[in-house]
Amino acid sequence: MPSLSRRTLLYGMGALGGACLLPGLALAAPATDKRLVVVILRGAFDGLAVVPPLGDRDYAAARGGLALSSGNGALALDADFGLNAGLADLKPLWDARELLFVHAIASPYRERSHFDGQNVLETGFGHPQGSADGWLNRALALLPQPADGHRLGLAVGPSVPLILRGPQRIAAWAPETMPELDPTFLDLLGRLYAKDPLLGPALADGIKSQGMSDALLGSVKSGKRAATRPGGGFAALAATAGKLLAAPDGARVAVMELTGWDTHAGQGTDKGRLANALTGLAAGLLALKDALGEAWRDTAVLAVTEFGRTVAENGTNGTDHGTGTAALVLGGRVRGGRVVTQWPGLAPAKLYQARDLMPTADLRGLLKAALQAQYGAGAPALGTKVFPDSTDVKPIEGLFSV
Amino acid sequence: MAAAAEAAIAAGRFGLGARPGELARIGRDPRGWILDQIRRPGPPPAALAGLPASQAVTEQLMAARQGGPKEVKKLVREKLREIYIAEAGARLRAAIDSDRPVVERLVHFWSNHFTVSVRQKVAVLGIAGAFEREAIRPHVLGSFEDLLVAVVSHPAMLLYLDNAQSIGPNSRAGQRAKRGINENLARELMELHTLGVDGGYSQADVTELAKILTGWSVVPKRQPDPGAFRFFQPAHEPGPKMLLGLRYEEGGQQEGLAALHALSVDPATARFVATKLARHFIADTPPPDAVQRLAKSFRESRGDLAAVMATLISLPQVWADPLPKIKSPSDLVISSLRACGGYQGADKPLVGSLMALDQPPFQALQPSGFADQASAWIGPESLVRRIEWVQAAAARLPVPDDIVARGEDVLGPLLTADTKTAIRRAPSPAEGLAMLLASPEFQRR
Repeated sequence: MPSLSRRTLLYGMGALGGACLLPGLALAAPATDKRLVVVILRGAFDGLAVVPPLGDRDYAAARGGLALSSGNGALALDADFGLNAGLADLKPLWDARELLFVHAIASPYRERSHFDGQNVLETGFGHPQGSADGWLNRALALLPQPADGHRLGLAVGPSVPLILRGPQRIAAWAPETMPELDPTFLDLLGRLYAKDPLLGPALADGIKSQGMSDALLGSVKSGKRAATRPGGGFAALAATAGKLLAAPDGARVAVMELTGWDTHAGQGTDKGRLANALTGLAAGLLALKDALGEAWRDTAVLAVTEFGRTVAENGTNGTDHGTGTAALVLGGRVRGGRVVTQWPGLAPAKLYQARDLMPTADLRGLLKAALQAQYGAGAPALGTKVFPDSTDVKPIEGLFSV
Repeated sequence: MAAAAEAAIAAGRFGLGARPGELARIGRDPRGWILDQIRRPGPPPAALAGLPASQAVTEQLMAARQGGPKEVKKLVREKLREIYIAEAGARLRAAIDSDRPVVERLVHFWSNHFTVSVRQKVAVLGIAGAFEREAIRPHVLGSFEDLLVAVVSHPAMLLYLDNAQSIGPNSRAGQRAKRGINENLARELMELHTLGVDGGYSQADVTELAKILTGWSVVPKRQPDPGAFRFFQPAHEPGPKMLLGLRYEEGGQQEGLAALHALSVDPATARFVATKLARHFIADTPPPDAVQRLAKSFRESRGDLAAVMATLISLPQVWADPLPKIKSPSDLVISSLRACGGYQGADKPLVGSLMALDQPPFQALQPSGFADQASAWIGPESLVRRIEWVQAAAARLPVPDDIVARGEDVLGPLLTADTKTAIRRAPSPAEGLAMLLASPEFQRR
């Protein structure tokens, strides 16, 4: 059997009558130029270490051994906040006003389970296990829909995260690790799956995704080794995501995931687990920007997590699960160079349950602002369909250029 | 349900997928086939012989650490990665070859329930397999409390969830080193291992359990038995603690044992374990009445896991739907190789298969372990990968002379007419085998 690239595979299947699997082989341009990328930082991202409130007089005492200072693990951003040196490579974006942070932000979830917290972050509901669908999938329905069944949403990685699951069909991409499929076999299998409500649509979407990515990427083969290593392969994945988003006929909404933030021990200051993880995050975000090229102008990137970490250092040079944290917002559409916050302070009486950063901003307000700015999503849909029962949560104003 | 279909359910959902001839051996008594394994789990599989004990591996790592980061890197490269591959491979070969596959499935289930992962923690890399052999396997058909104590007192878990470093701030060691508690294990122990997230504990309970567990750690290099579990009184937070409304007087290690006992017999734990078992063996959305029956069995038997399994297979729901679950990648790889009569190759491609399918043994990304629902395993990219794997595997495996007959041998009456037609139309024998393994009925259990 000759080895076929996925591109030839697609054309071959058309000739073999596999068109039922491949509606609209020619890719038409999506009806929007605006891009939205959501990076899920799984494991509880320590906003107090990423954007330390250097100007808060209670900060150094409250953080203890994990406290940073300008020149010692942090760069000053303004009179009140600094940037963790692990993200130093992002400083030029801040200077160019293409990066901002929303601080003291949290989802509506107020307990401290990673898994329930991530569930709330991804379903967009006010409580865990509210839905089997993700808010970003529901949001895709608000975008102008391409006529040809083109997939606007893209999951970068081997599995589709909850945030993108739901009735809107999406594409998925991960580096190839195995030999390509034989077209005749796929055609037969497609028929065998035709009646299967789970496997049938998934196979059709999988083939469609490969068509899209192969057409846009050519025969790029990212190293599988790099991609399976947490952090290490993130930049490679992000670069590919950028290419798939940049193409005129590419995806418009993408999700990436990154773990390594659950820094219970050895979190460190200028060196340590957190600084290492942040370096990987910065490299990935810059790779995404580079690959987006001109499209960066039309892009908003949100890096968000399930909750923050304790204000105080724990007994093992780390931090335990907390509440308020920081979110990264970057891209050409962002009015950056600012830390957007109603800072609650770190005096003991100001903390949430006497241990965590008090949240003063609702994460859904950030997510709504992004959907509104990029896709003109209206308040009724955002407050009922995308984020149910949230009409009282207003989009955070002024984050994006109009 | 006809006996032949029940035999296929027993082999697929309770076992690890039929080997050729296995359905015939199960015959008309699928419950008896399962019960016999539950009552007589047998000795550990031969494939696991000769693997290193966790203590020896941890001792080596401690020695390397004294030599500095370069020594650690060298040990990882030359030794620990090889141990990991050998452990992961042995675990898979034990499952592929097993004639007591119900026991192997339970080992995998409980190992995932009590996840330790080699991601992010080098200390776990060489001992994750040993953890499963030493703490999980001996107890999967014994008492839940024994299983829990074995897990919480195993160095792999203490290192993975940071308890080994957790020190009572008012203990002698805490005062001297100005160190304190780490609540990681205490939280996951209640959320993921026992009560469940809605099990009625508070942040204060997490902190108190963390104090109770201070001192549960690993013997350092310069003391007798380096690398073994030990309770260190000097690191233990002194004084009474309040956990879930109960007062624990200062009692050293006894406090932790008493707390683990209380957690084991808490009704929330019975409900949580019952829900997970029902999700694994009945359906992604567990039927509430089945969960109730299992929880009742768990409570009344004081957590006798063999009794709970016996209750499980007595439930009519178990036998009502032949294929309610999508196979996890691990299940798919194991059942494919069982259907093809075994695997004689090296460990690396076997473990690599699961790497490619995103479920490498002992590498869950988070302490909640690998998901147990179709939504996590079937997406556009993951399904294409499955099919790619099936096609690649079928090209390398011995193809039976009559593929349809092999399908009937391992799936019994669950093999559909459509799949038989597709197998016969496949362009080559290898692709006919791939069609069987990719078929909707083989992808499910």
